Amino acid sequence: MIKDITFGQYYQTDSPIHRLDPRIKLVLLVLMIVFLFLAGNAWSLIFCGVMLFAAMLVSRVPFKMYLKNMKPILIIVIFTSIINLFYTDTGVTLVDWWIIHITAGGVYRALFMAFRIAQLILLSSVLTYTTTPNDLTDGIERLLSPLRFIGLRGAVHTLAMMMTIALRFIPTLVDETDKIMNAQKARGADLESGKLFERIRALIPILIPLLISSIRRAYELAEAMECRCYNGGVGRKRMKQMKLKLRDYIAAFLCLAVSAGVLLINLLPNIPYVD
Amino acid sequence: MEKIIEVKNVTFEYDDSEQVKTVIKDFNLDIERGSFTVILGHNGSGKSTLAKLLNGLYKPASGKVLVDGIDTADESTEIEVKRRVGMVFQNPDNQLIASIVEEDVAFGPENLGLEPDVIRQRVDDALKAVGMYEFRRSTPHHLSGGQKQRIAIAGIIAMEPECIVLDEPTAMLDPKGRAEIIDTILKLNREKNITVVLITHFMEEAELADRILVMSNGKILADSTPKTVFSDVSLLKSVGLDVPQTTELLYALKSGGADIETDVLSIEETADAIAKAFHLEEI
Repeated sequence: MIKDITFGQYYQTDSPIHRLDPRIKLVLLVLMIVFLFLAGNAWSLIFCGVMLFAAMLVSRVPFKMYLKNMKPILIIVIFTSIINLFYTDTGVTLVDWWIIHITAGGVYRALFMAFRIAQLILLSSVLTYTTTPNDLTDGIERLLSPLRFIGLRGAVHTLAMMMTIALRFIPTLVDETDKIMNAQKARGADLESGKLFERIRALIPILIPLLISSIRRAYELAEAMECRCYNGGVGRKRMKQMKLKLRDYIAAFLCLAVSAGVLLINLLPNIPYVD
Repeated sequence: MEKIIEVKNVTFEYDDSEQVKTVIKDFNLDIERGSFTVILGHNGSGKSTLAKLLNGLYKPASGKVLVDGIDTADESTEIEVKRRVGMVFQNPDNQLIASIVEEDVAFGPENLGLEPDVIRQRVDDALKAVGMYEFRRSTPHHLSGGQKQRIAIAGIIAMEPECIVLDEPTAMLDPKGRAEIIDTILKLNREKNITVVLITHFMEEAELADRILVMSNGKILADSTPKTVFSDVSLLKSVGLDVPQTTELLYALKSGGADIETDVLSIEETADAIAKAFHLEEI
Protein backbone atom coordinates (compact mmCIF):
# COMPACT_ATOMS: atom_id res chain seq x y z
CA MET A 1 0.00 0.00 0.00
CA ILE A 2 2.72 2.39 0.99
CA LYS A 3 4.47 1.92 -2.34
CA ASP A 4 1.68 3.74 -4.15
CA ILE A 5 2.50 7.10 -2.61
CA THR A 6 3.49 9.54 -5.30
CA PHE A 7 4.77 12.94 -4.52
CA GLY A 8 3.52 15.85 -6.51
CA GLN A 9 0.83 15.22 -9.07
CA TYR A 10 2.60 15.60 -12.35
CA TYR A 11 0.65 14.06 -15.22
CA GLN A 12 3.01 12.88 -17.95
CA THR A 13 1.90 14.00 -21.39
CA ASP A 14 2.90 16.58 -23.94
CA SER A 15 0.89 19.77 -24.24
CA PRO A 16 1.62 23.45 -24.89
CA ILE A 17 1.11 24.10 -21.16
CA HIS A 18 3.56 21.32 -20.20
CA ARG A 19 6.20 22.98 -22.34
CA LEU A 20 5.88 26.44 -20.76
CA ASP A 21 8.65 27.80 -18.59
CA PRO A 22 7.85 26.93 -14.93
CA ARG A 23 8.59 30.51 -13.88
CA ILE A 24 6.02 31.95 -16.27
CA LYS A 25 3.51 29.32 -15.15
CA LEU A 26 3.98 30.30 -11.50
CA VAL A 27 3.68 34.01 -12.21
CA LEU A 28 0.62 33.54 -14.41
CA LEU A 29 -1.02 31.32 -11.79
CA VAL A 30 -0.68 34.11 -9.22
CA LEU A 31 -1.99 36.66 -11.74
CA MET A 32 -5.00 34.52 -12.61
CA ILE A 33 -5.81 33.88 -8.94
CA VAL A 34 -5.78 37.62 -8.32
CA PHE A 35 -8.16 38.22 -11.21
CA LEU A 36 -10.36 35.34 -10.16
CA PHE A 37 -10.92 37.29 -6.95
CA LEU A 38 -11.36 40.54 -8.83
CA ALA A 39 -14.19 39.01 -10.89
CA GLY A 40 -17.05 40.84 -9.26
CA ASN A 41 -20.21 39.75 -11.04
CA ALA A 42 -21.69 36.55 -12.39
CA TRP A 43 -20.69 37.29 -15.97
CA SER A 44 -17.00 37.84 -15.26
CA LEU A 45 -16.84 34.72 -13.07
CA ILE A 46 -18.44 32.69 -15.86
CA PHE A 47 -15.92 34.22 -18.26
CA CYS A 48 -13.09 33.05 -15.95
CA GLY A 49 -14.68 29.59 -15.86
CA VAL A 50 -14.82 29.35 -19.65
CA MET A 51 -11.19 30.43 -19.97
CA LEU A 52 -10.13 27.94 -17.30
CA PHE A 53 -12.04 25.21 -19.10
CA ALA A 54 -10.15 26.09 -22.28
CA ALA A 55 -6.82 25.89 -20.40
CA MET A 56 -7.81 22.49 -19.00
CA LEU A 57 -8.57 21.25 -22.50
CA VAL A 58 -5.23 22.52 -23.81
CA SER A 59 -3.37 20.81 -20.93
CA ARG A 60 -4.47 17.37 -22.22
CA VAL A 61 -4.88 16.14 -18.67
CA PRO A 62 -8.03 13.98 -18.39
CA PHE A 63 -10.94 15.68 -16.59
CA LYS A 64 -11.13 12.65 -14.33
CA MET A 65 -7.80 13.78 -12.85
CA TYR A 66 -9.07 17.29 -12.24
CA LEU A 67 -12.21 15.98 -10.57
CA LYS A 68 -10.08 13.82 -8.28
CA ASN A 69 -8.49 17.01 -6.98
CA MET A 70 -11.89 18.51 -6.22
CA LYS A 71 -12.92 15.73 -3.85
CA PRO A 72 -10.98 16.76 -0.74
CA ILE A 73 -12.25 20.33 -0.84
CA LEU A 74 -15.89 19.41 -1.40
CA ILE A 75 -16.67 19.85 2.32
CA ILE A 76 -15.20 23.34 2.34
CA VAL A 77 -17.24 24.27 -0.72
CA ILE A 78 -20.47 22.95 0.78
CA PHE A 79 -19.76 24.61 4.15
CA THR A 80 -19.03 28.00 2.59
CA SER A 81 -22.11 27.73 0.39
CA ILE A 82 -24.40 26.95 3.32
CA ILE A 83 -23.05 29.83 5.39
CA ASN A 84 -23.58 32.18 2.46
CA LEU A 85 -27.00 30.77 1.72
CA PHE A 86 -28.35 31.52 5.21
CA TYR A 87 -26.46 34.63 6.14
CA THR A 88 -26.91 36.73 3.05
CA ASP A 89 -29.92 39.02 3.17
CA THR A 90 -30.15 40.79 -0.13
CA GLY A 91 -32.47 40.62 -3.12
CA VAL A 92 -35.89 38.98 -3.42
CA THR A 93 -36.99 36.67 -0.58
CA LEU A 94 -37.55 33.12 -1.79
CA VAL A 95 -38.32 31.19 1.41
CA ASP A 96 -39.42 32.68 4.71
CA TRP A 97 -40.50 29.89 7.07
CA TRP A 98 -39.76 29.58 10.83
CA ILE A 99 -36.10 30.55 11.26
CA ILE A 100 -35.18 29.78 7.65
CA HIS A 101 -34.90 32.85 5.50
CA ILE A 102 -33.48 32.37 2.03
CA THR A 103 -33.14 35.17 -0.48
CA ALA A 104 -32.17 35.21 -4.14
CA GLY A 105 -29.02 37.05 -3.05
CA GLY A 106 -28.16 34.15 -0.68
CA VAL A 107 -28.52 31.56 -3.46
CA TYR A 108 -26.44 33.73 -5.72
CA ARG A 109 -23.67 34.21 -3.11
CA ALA A 110 -23.63 30.47 -2.33
CA LEU A 111 -23.24 29.48 -5.98
CA PHE A 112 -20.77 32.30 -6.64
CA MET A 113 -18.48 31.21 -3.79
CA ALA A 114 -18.67 27.52 -4.67
CA PHE A 115 -17.82 28.27 -8.28
CA ARG A 116 -14.95 30.55 -7.28
CA ILE A 117 -13.34 28.04 -4.89
CA ALA A 118 -13.72 25.26 -7.47
CA GLN A 119 -11.99 27.44 -10.05
CA LEU A 120 -9.22 28.26 -7.60
CA ILE A 121 -8.48 24.57 -7.05
CA LEU A 122 -8.69 23.71 -10.75
CA LEU A 123 -6.40 26.60 -11.61
CA SER A 124 -3.69 25.36 -9.25
CA SER A 125 -4.21 21.82 -10.55
CA VAL A 126 -3.42 23.01 -14.07
CA LEU A 127 0.01 24.06 -12.75
CA THR A 128 0.74 20.96 -10.67
CA TYR A 129 -0.43 18.51 -13.34
CA THR A 130 1.69 20.07 -16.05
CA THR A 131 4.92 20.81 -14.15
CA THR A 132 7.29 18.27 -12.59
CA PRO A 133 8.17 18.84 -8.91
CA ASN A 134 11.77 19.42 -10.01
CA ASP A 135 10.79 22.13 -12.46
CA LEU A 136 8.58 23.73 -9.83
CA THR A 137 11.48 23.80 -7.35
CA ASP A 138 13.77 25.26 -9.99
CA GLY A 139 11.15 27.83 -10.97
CA ILE A 140 10.58 28.91 -7.38
CA GLU A 141 14.34 29.17 -6.75
CA ARG A 142 14.81 31.39 -9.78
CA LEU A 143 11.77 33.52 -9.08
CA LEU A 144 12.94 34.11 -5.53
CA SER A 145 16.53 34.78 -6.56
CA PRO A 146 16.07 38.60 -6.58
CA LEU A 147 15.75 38.24 -2.78
CA ARG A 148 19.53 37.85 -2.71
CA PHE A 149 19.81 41.60 -3.17
CA ILE A 150 18.22 42.13 0.20
CA GLY A 151 20.66 39.73 1.86
CA LEU A 152 18.59 36.54 1.62
CA ARG A 153 20.79 34.81 -0.92
CA GLY A 154 21.71 31.94 1.40
CA ALA A 155 18.10 31.45 2.45
CA VAL A 156 16.78 31.11 -1.11
CA HIS A 157 19.51 28.68 -2.10
CA THR A 158 19.14 26.63 1.09
CA LEU A 159 15.39 26.38 0.63
CA ALA A 160 15.78 25.20 -2.96
CA MET A 161 18.49 22.69 -1.98
CA MET A 162 16.27 21.31 0.78
CA MET A 163 13.39 20.88 -1.64
CA THR A 164 15.64 19.15 -4.19
CA ILE A 165 16.99 16.72 -1.59
CA ALA A 166 13.53 16.08 -0.15
CA LEU A 167 12.20 15.21 -3.62
CA ARG A 168 15.16 12.94 -4.24
CA PHE A 169 14.84 11.07 -0.91
CA ILE A 170 11.07 10.63 -0.65
CA PRO A 171 10.99 7.44 -2.77
CA THR A 172 14.09 6.12 -1.00
CA LEU A 173 12.55 6.65 2.43
CA VAL A 174 9.25 5.15 1.32
CA ASP A 175 11.12 2.01 0.27
CA GLU A 176 12.94 1.97 3.56
CA THR A 177 9.71 2.34 5.56
CA ASP A 178 8.36 -0.63 3.66
CA LYS A 179 11.43 -2.70 4.52
CA ILE A 180 11.30 -1.77 8.20
CA MET A 181 7.58 -2.54 8.36
CA ASN A 182 8.20 -5.97 6.88
CA ALA A 183 11.10 -6.57 9.24
CA GLN A 184 8.97 -5.65 12.26
CA LYS A 185 6.07 -7.74 11.01
CA ALA A 186 8.45 -10.69 10.66
CA ARG A 187 9.28 -10.16 14.32
CA GLY A 188 5.62 -10.34 15.23
CA ALA A 189 4.67 -6.66 15.27
CA ASP A 190 0.94 -6.14 14.79
CA LEU A 191 0.38 -2.99 12.76
CA GLU A 192 -3.13 -3.45 11.45
CA SER A 193 -5.39 -4.21 14.39
CA GLY A 194 -6.28 -2.73 17.73
CA LYS A 195 -7.65 0.58 18.80
CA LEU A 196 -6.36 3.84 17.42
CA PHE A 197 -4.03 4.43 20.36
CA GLU A 198 -2.56 0.92 20.08
CA ARG A 199 -2.01 1.37 16.38
CA ILE A 200 -0.20 4.64 16.93
CA ARG A 201 1.99 2.94 19.54
CA ALA A 202 2.74 0.17 17.06
CA LEU A 203 4.26 2.76 14.73
CA ILE A 204 7.03 3.62 17.20
CA PRO A 205 9.20 0.59 16.29
CA ILE A 206 8.94 1.75 12.67
CA LEU A 207 9.58 5.43 13.15
CA ILE A 208 12.64 5.10 15.36
CA PRO A 209 14.71 2.93 12.97
CA LEU A 210 13.57 5.17 10.14
CA LEU A 211 14.75 8.27 11.99
CA ILE A 212 18.11 6.74 12.86
CA SER A 213 18.75 5.56 9.34
CA SER A 214 17.76 8.98 7.97
CA ILE A 215 20.29 10.66 10.23
CA ARG A 216 22.95 8.24 9.01
CA ARG A 217 21.97 8.91 5.41
CA ALA A 218 22.09 12.66 6.01
CA TYR A 219 25.59 12.35 7.38
CA GLU A 220 26.80 10.33 4.39
CA LEU A 221 25.05 12.65 1.95
CA ALA A 222 26.74 15.65 3.54
CA GLU A 223 30.15 14.01 3.05
CA ALA A 224 29.33 13.13 -0.55
CA MET A 225 28.22 16.71 -1.22
CA GLU A 226 31.39 18.04 0.33
CA CYS A 227 33.41 15.73 -1.93
CA ARG A 228 31.59 17.28 -4.88
CA CYS A 229 32.86 20.72 -3.96
CA TYR A 230 29.60 21.94 -2.43
CA ASN A 231 30.16 24.94 -0.20
CA GLY A 232 26.70 26.29 0.41
CA GLY A 233 26.05 27.50 -3.12
CA VAL A 234 28.70 30.22 -3.27
CA GLY A 235 29.76 30.75 -6.89
CA ARG A 236 27.45 27.98 -8.07
CA LYS A 237 26.19 28.13 -11.67
CA ARG A 238 23.36 26.01 -13.01
CA MET A 239 23.68 23.79 -16.08
CA LYS A 240 20.08 24.28 -17.12
CA GLN A 241 19.46 27.88 -18.00
CA MET A 242 15.87 29.01 -18.29
CA LYS A 243 15.09 31.19 -21.26
CA LEU A 244 11.68 32.59 -22.07
CA LYS A 245 10.53 31.43 -25.49
CA LEU A 246 7.87 32.76 -27.85
CA ARG A 247 5.24 30.42 -26.38
CA ASP A 248 5.88 31.88 -22.91
CA TYR A 249 5.19 35.37 -24.20
CA ILE A 250 2.06 34.15 -25.96
CA ALA A 251 0.83 32.55 -22.71
CA ALA A 252 1.53 35.78 -20.82
CA PHE A 253 -0.31 37.78 -23.46
CA LEU A 254 -3.35 35.47 -23.30
CA CYS A 255 -3.49 35.73 -19.51
CA LEU A 256 -3.26 39.52 -19.66
CA ALA A 257 -6.08 39.52 -22.20
CA VAL A 258 -8.21 37.41 -19.82
CA SER A 259 -7.39 39.86 -17.01
CA ALA A 260 -8.48 42.81 -19.14
CA GLY A 261 -11.62 40.87 -20.08
CA VAL A 262 -12.48 40.34 -16.41
CA LEU A 263 -12.11 44.08 -15.71
CA LEU A 264 -14.29 44.99 -18.69
CA ILE A 265 -17.03 42.47 -17.94
CA ASN A 266 -17.05 43.70 -14.33
CA LEU A 267 -18.53 46.92 -15.73
CA LEU A 268 -21.68 45.10 -16.96
CA PRO A 269 -24.71 45.11 -14.64
CA ASN A 270 -24.99 41.95 -12.51
CA ILE A 271 -27.88 39.50 -12.97
CA PRO A 272 -31.13 41.00 -11.59
CA TYR A 273 -32.99 40.31 -8.30
CA VAL A 274 -29.83 39.48 -6.31
CA ASP A 275 -28.74 42.80 -4.85
CA MET B 1 56.86 8.68 -11.89
CA GLU B 2 55.22 11.80 -10.61
CA LYS B 3 53.36 11.63 -7.32
CA ILE B 4 49.75 12.81 -7.15
CA ILE B 5 49.21 12.18 -3.43
CA GLU B 6 51.83 12.20 -0.69
CA VAL B 7 50.98 11.17 2.86
CA LYS B 8 53.76 12.20 5.23
CA ASN B 9 53.97 10.97 8.84
CA VAL B 10 50.24 11.26 9.29
CA THR B 11 48.52 10.48 12.56
CA PHE B 12 44.74 10.61 12.86
CA GLU B 13 42.66 10.29 15.98
CA TYR B 14 38.94 10.02 16.65
CA ASP B 15 37.83 12.09 19.58
CA ASP B 16 35.47 9.62 21.14
CA SER B 17 33.58 10.94 24.17
CA GLU B 18 35.52 8.74 26.59
CA GLN B 19 38.90 8.42 24.99
CA VAL B 20 40.98 9.53 22.07
CA LYS B 21 41.36 6.63 19.66
CA THR B 22 44.31 6.66 17.31
CA VAL B 23 43.24 5.12 14.02
CA ILE B 24 46.30 5.88 11.93
CA LYS B 25 49.78 6.42 13.28
CA ASP B 26 52.95 7.72 11.58
CA PHE B 27 51.60 6.77 8.19
CA ASN B 28 53.58 7.31 4.97
CA LEU B 29 52.31 6.68 1.46
CA ASP B 30 52.87 7.98 -2.06
CA ILE B 31 50.37 7.44 -4.85
CA GLU B 32 51.79 7.75 -8.36
CA ARG B 33 49.92 9.54 -11.12
CA GLY B 34 47.99 7.16 -13.36
CA SER B 35 48.43 4.16 -11.06
CA PHE B 36 45.79 1.72 -9.83
CA THR B 37 46.19 0.98 -6.16
CA VAL B 38 44.05 -1.35 -4.08
CA ILE B 39 43.85 -1.08 -0.32
CA LEU B 40 42.93 -4.27 1.50
CA GLY B 41 42.23 -4.59 5.16
CA HIS B 42 39.89 -5.96 7.76
CA ASN B 43 37.05 -3.88 9.21
CA GLY B 44 38.55 -1.31 11.54
CA SER B 45 41.98 -1.49 9.91
CA GLY B 46 41.79 2.26 9.20
CA LYS B 47 41.35 1.97 5.43
CA SER B 48 38.22 4.13 5.21
CA THR B 49 39.84 6.73 7.44
CA LEU B 50 42.86 6.74 5.15
CA ALA B 51 40.57 7.26 2.15
CA LYS B 52 38.94 10.28 3.77
CA LEU B 53 42.35 11.71 4.61
CA LEU B 54 43.34 11.57 0.94
CA ASN B 55 40.91 14.30 -0.17
CA GLY B 56 40.83 16.42 2.94
CA LEU B 57 37.48 15.17 4.24
CA TYR B 58 39.45 14.38 7.39
CA LYS B 59 42.42 16.52 8.39
CA PRO B 60 45.47 14.82 9.92
CA ALA B 61 46.14 15.44 13.62
CA SER B 62 49.82 15.60 12.78
CA GLY B 63 51.81 15.19 9.58
CA LYS B 64 50.78 16.30 6.11
CA VAL B 65 48.76 15.10 3.15
CA LEU B 66 49.73 16.76 -0.12
CA VAL B 67 47.56 16.50 -3.23
CA ASP B 68 49.41 17.75 -6.31
CA GLY B 69 51.58 19.63 -3.84
CA ILE B 70 48.60 21.29 -2.09
CA ASP B 71 48.24 20.77 1.65
CA THR B 72 44.78 19.29 2.41
CA ALA B 73 44.72 21.01 5.82
CA ASP B 74 44.69 24.44 4.17
CA GLU B 75 41.08 25.72 4.30
CA SER B 76 41.58 28.22 1.46
CA THR B 77 42.44 25.54 -1.10
CA GLU B 78 39.88 22.99 0.04
CA ILE B 79 37.93 23.11 -3.24
CA GLU B 80 41.15 22.63 -5.25
CA VAL B 81 41.90 19.43 -3.31
CA LYS B 82 38.37 18.03 -3.60
CA ARG B 83 38.29 18.78 -7.32
CA ARG B 84 41.53 16.86 -7.85
CA VAL B 85 40.66 13.86 -5.68
CA GLY B 86 37.08 12.68 -6.11
CA MET B 87 35.50 10.16 -3.82
CA VAL B 88 32.89 7.45 -4.31
CA PHE B 89 31.26 5.77 -1.31
CA GLN B 90 29.65 2.45 -0.57
CA ASN B 91 25.96 3.30 -0.72
CA PRO B 92 24.96 4.86 -4.06
CA ASP B 93 21.61 6.01 -2.61
CA ASN B 94 23.32 8.33 -0.16
CA GLN B 95 25.48 10.04 -2.76
CA LEU B 96 22.96 11.17 -5.34
CA ILE B 97 21.48 14.61 -4.81
CA ALA B 98 19.08 15.29 -7.67
CA SER B 99 16.07 13.32 -8.90
CA ILE B 100 17.22 13.39 -12.51
CA VAL B 101 20.41 11.63 -13.57
CA GLU B 102 21.96 14.43 -15.63
CA GLU B 103 21.17 17.04 -12.99
CA ASP B 104 22.87 14.92 -10.39
CA VAL B 105 26.00 14.53 -12.52
CA ALA B 106 25.95 18.30 -13.07
CA PHE B 107 26.02 18.98 -9.32
CA GLY B 108 29.84 18.92 -9.00
CA PRO B 109 30.63 21.07 -12.06
CA GLU B 110 27.84 23.49 -11.04
CA ASN B 111 29.51 23.94 -7.67
CA LEU B 112 32.78 24.70 -9.45
CA GLY B 113 31.04 27.65 -11.11
CA LEU B 114 31.72 26.55 -14.69
CA GLU B 115 29.83 28.01 -17.64
CA PRO B 116 26.53 26.24 -18.50
CA ASP B 117 27.70 24.91 -21.89
CA VAL B 118 30.94 23.59 -20.35
CA ILE B 119 28.92 21.84 -17.64
CA ARG B 120 26.64 20.33 -20.32
CA GLN B 121 29.68 19.02 -22.24
CA ARG B 122 31.25 17.50 -19.12
CA VAL B 123 28.01 15.89 -18.01
CA ASP B 124 27.52 14.28 -21.42
CA ASP B 125 31.15 13.09 -21.53
CA ALA B 126 30.99 11.70 -18.00
CA LEU B 127 27.75 9.84 -18.66
CA LYS B 128 29.18 8.38 -21.87
CA ALA B 129 32.36 7.33 -20.03
CA VAL B 130 30.34 5.24 -17.57
CA GLY B 131 27.92 4.03 -20.29
CA MET B 132 24.85 5.68 -18.78
CA TYR B 133 24.22 8.36 -21.42
CA GLU B 134 20.90 6.91 -22.54
CA PHE B 135 19.62 7.13 -18.96
CA ARG B 136 20.37 10.85 -18.62
CA ARG B 137 16.70 11.82 -18.22
CA SER B 138 15.81 8.94 -15.86
CA THR B 139 15.17 9.00 -12.16
CA PRO B 140 17.93 7.33 -10.08
CA HIS B 141 15.24 5.64 -8.00
CA HIS B 142 14.29 3.45 -10.96
CA LEU B 143 17.84 2.27 -11.70
CA SER B 144 19.71 -0.77 -10.37
CA GLY B 145 22.39 -0.47 -7.70
CA GLY B 146 25.20 -0.86 -10.23
CA GLN B 147 23.67 1.80 -12.47
CA LYS B 148 23.26 4.20 -9.54
CA GLN B 149 26.87 3.64 -8.54
CA ARG B 150 27.94 4.38 -12.14
CA ILE B 151 25.98 7.66 -11.92
CA ALA B 152 27.85 8.44 -8.70
CA ILE B 153 31.15 7.81 -10.50
CA ALA B 154 30.01 10.00 -13.41
CA GLY B 155 29.23 12.75 -10.89
CA ILE B 156 32.84 12.59 -9.77
CA ILE B 157 34.50 12.39 -13.18
CA ALA B 158 32.43 15.34 -14.42
CA MET B 159 34.66 17.43 -12.14
CA GLU B 160 37.62 16.07 -14.16
CA PRO B 161 39.62 14.83 -11.15
CA GLU B 162 43.19 13.58 -11.35
CA CYS B 163 42.42 10.79 -8.95
CA ILE B 164 39.36 8.86 -7.76
CA VAL B 165 39.22 7.20 -4.36
CA LEU B 166 36.53 4.52 -4.13
CA ASP B 167 35.58 3.26 -0.68
CA GLU B 168 34.12 -0.24 -1.14
CA PRO B 169 32.00 0.87 -4.11
CA THR B 170 30.84 -2.67 -4.85
CA ALA B 171 30.04 -3.86 -1.32
CA MET B 172 26.30 -3.32 -1.68
CA LEU B 173 25.96 -4.55 -5.27
CA ASP B 174 25.03 -7.86 -6.85
CA PRO B 175 27.65 -9.68 -8.98
CA LYS B 176 26.39 -8.02 -12.17
CA GLY B 177 26.57 -4.54 -10.66
CA ARG B 178 30.02 -5.32 -9.27
CA ALA B 179 31.30 -6.31 -12.70
CA GLU B 180 29.88 -3.09 -14.21
CA ILE B 181 31.68 -0.97 -11.65
CA ILE B 182 35.01 -2.77 -12.01
CA ASP B 183 34.85 -2.49 -15.82
CA THR B 184 34.12 1.22 -15.47
CA ILE B 185 37.01 1.77 -13.06
CA LEU B 186 39.45 -0.12 -15.29
CA LYS B 187 38.33 1.86 -18.32
CA LEU B 188 38.79 5.19 -16.54
CA ASN B 189 42.22 4.17 -15.33
CA ARG B 190 43.45 2.86 -18.69
CA GLU B 191 41.75 5.16 -21.18
CA LYS B 192 41.47 8.42 -19.27
CA ASN B 193 44.60 7.84 -17.23
CA ILE B 194 42.82 8.71 -13.98
CA THR B 195 44.64 7.58 -10.86
CA VAL B 196 42.52 5.05 -8.94
CA VAL B 197 42.64 4.13 -5.27
CA LEU B 198 40.20 1.30 -4.64
CA ILE B 199 39.30 0.03 -1.20
CA THR B 200 37.74 -3.39 -1.37
CA HIS B 201 37.51 -6.76 0.29
CA PHE B 202 36.97 -8.69 -2.90
CA MET B 203 40.18 -10.44 -3.94
CA GLU B 204 39.19 -10.76 -7.58
CA GLU B 205 39.04 -6.95 -7.69
CA ALA B 206 42.39 -6.60 -5.95
CA GLU B 207 44.05 -8.84 -8.55
CA LEU B 208 43.51 -6.17 -11.20
CA ALA B 209 45.60 -3.51 -9.46
CA ASP B 210 49.18 -2.41 -10.14
CA ARG B 211 49.83 -2.28 -6.43
CA ILE B 212 48.22 -3.64 -3.30
CA LEU B 213 48.47 -2.21 0.19
CA VAL B 214 47.47 -4.44 3.07
CA MET B 215 46.45 -2.49 6.16
CA SER B 216 45.97 -3.60 9.72
CA ASN B 217 45.56 -1.47 12.84
CA GLY B 218 46.35 1.72 10.97
CA LYS B 219 49.64 0.48 9.56
CA ILE B 220 50.81 -0.91 6.24
CA LEU B 221 51.59 -4.61 6.50
CA ALA B 222 52.42 -5.21 2.86
CA ASP B 223 52.90 -2.97 -0.16
CA SER B 224 53.67 -4.65 -3.44
CA THR B 225 52.27 -6.07 -6.68
CA PRO B 226 49.27 -8.42 -6.47
CA LYS B 227 51.39 -11.48 -7.25
CA THR B 228 53.85 -10.77 -4.47
CA VAL B 229 51.21 -9.86 -1.93
CA PHE B 230 49.06 -12.90 -2.63
CA SER B 231 52.03 -15.21 -2.47
CA ASP B 232 52.34 -14.40 1.23
CA VAL B 233 49.30 -16.44 2.18
CA SER B 234 50.15 -16.63 5.87
CA LEU B 235 50.37 -12.83 6.17
CA LEU B 236 46.95 -12.33 4.55
CA LYS B 237 45.38 -15.02 6.70
CA SER B 238 46.91 -13.50 9.84
CA VAL B 239 44.96 -10.28 9.27
CA GLY B 240 41.76 -12.12 8.49
CA LEU B 241 41.82 -11.75 4.71
CA ASP B 242 41.22 -14.39 2.11
CA VAL B 243 43.47 -15.14 -0.82
CA PRO B 244 42.22 -15.79 -4.36
CA GLN B 245 41.15 -19.39 -4.91
CA THR B 246 43.91 -20.00 -7.45
CA THR B 247 46.59 -18.94 -4.95
CA GLU B 248 44.98 -21.07 -2.27
CA LEU B 249 45.14 -24.12 -4.55
CA LEU B 250 48.79 -23.57 -5.51
CA TYR B 251 49.70 -23.17 -1.86
CA ALA B 252 47.94 -26.33 -0.88
CA LEU B 253 49.88 -28.15 -3.62
CA LYS B 254 53.16 -26.60 -2.55
CA SER B 255 52.72 -27.39 1.12
CA GLY B 256 51.82 -30.91 0.04
CA GLY B 257 55.30 -31.21 -1.46
CA ALA B 258 54.83 -30.24 -5.09
CA ASP B 259 57.53 -28.18 -6.80
CA ILE B 260 55.30 -25.48 -8.16
CA GLU B 261 55.35 -21.78 -9.09
CA THR B 262 53.17 -19.77 -6.72
CA ASP B 263 53.45 -16.21 -8.01
CA VAL B 264 50.67 -16.53 -10.60
CA LEU B 265 47.09 -15.36 -10.34
CA SER B 266 44.90 -15.96 -13.38
CA ILE B 267 43.12 -19.25 -13.96
CA GLU B 268 45.08 -19.91 -17.19
CA GLU B 269 48.44 -19.26 -15.55
CA THR B 270 47.50 -21.49 -12.66
CA ALA B 271 46.52 -24.27 -15.00
CA ASP B 272 49.87 -23.90 -16.81
CA ALA B 273 51.77 -23.92 -13.53
CA ILE B 274 50.06 -27.12 -12.45
CA ALA B 275 50.68 -28.73 -15.83
CA LYS B 276 54.35 -27.79 -15.61
CA ALA B 277 54.80 -28.96 -12.03
CA PHE B 278 53.25 -32.34 -12.73
CA HIS B 279 54.79 -32.65 -16.21
CA LEU B 280 51.40 -32.90 -17.82
CA GLU B 281 51.20 -32.57 -21.59
CA GLU B 282 49.42 -29.47 -22.84
CA ILE B 283 46.01 -30.43 -24.06
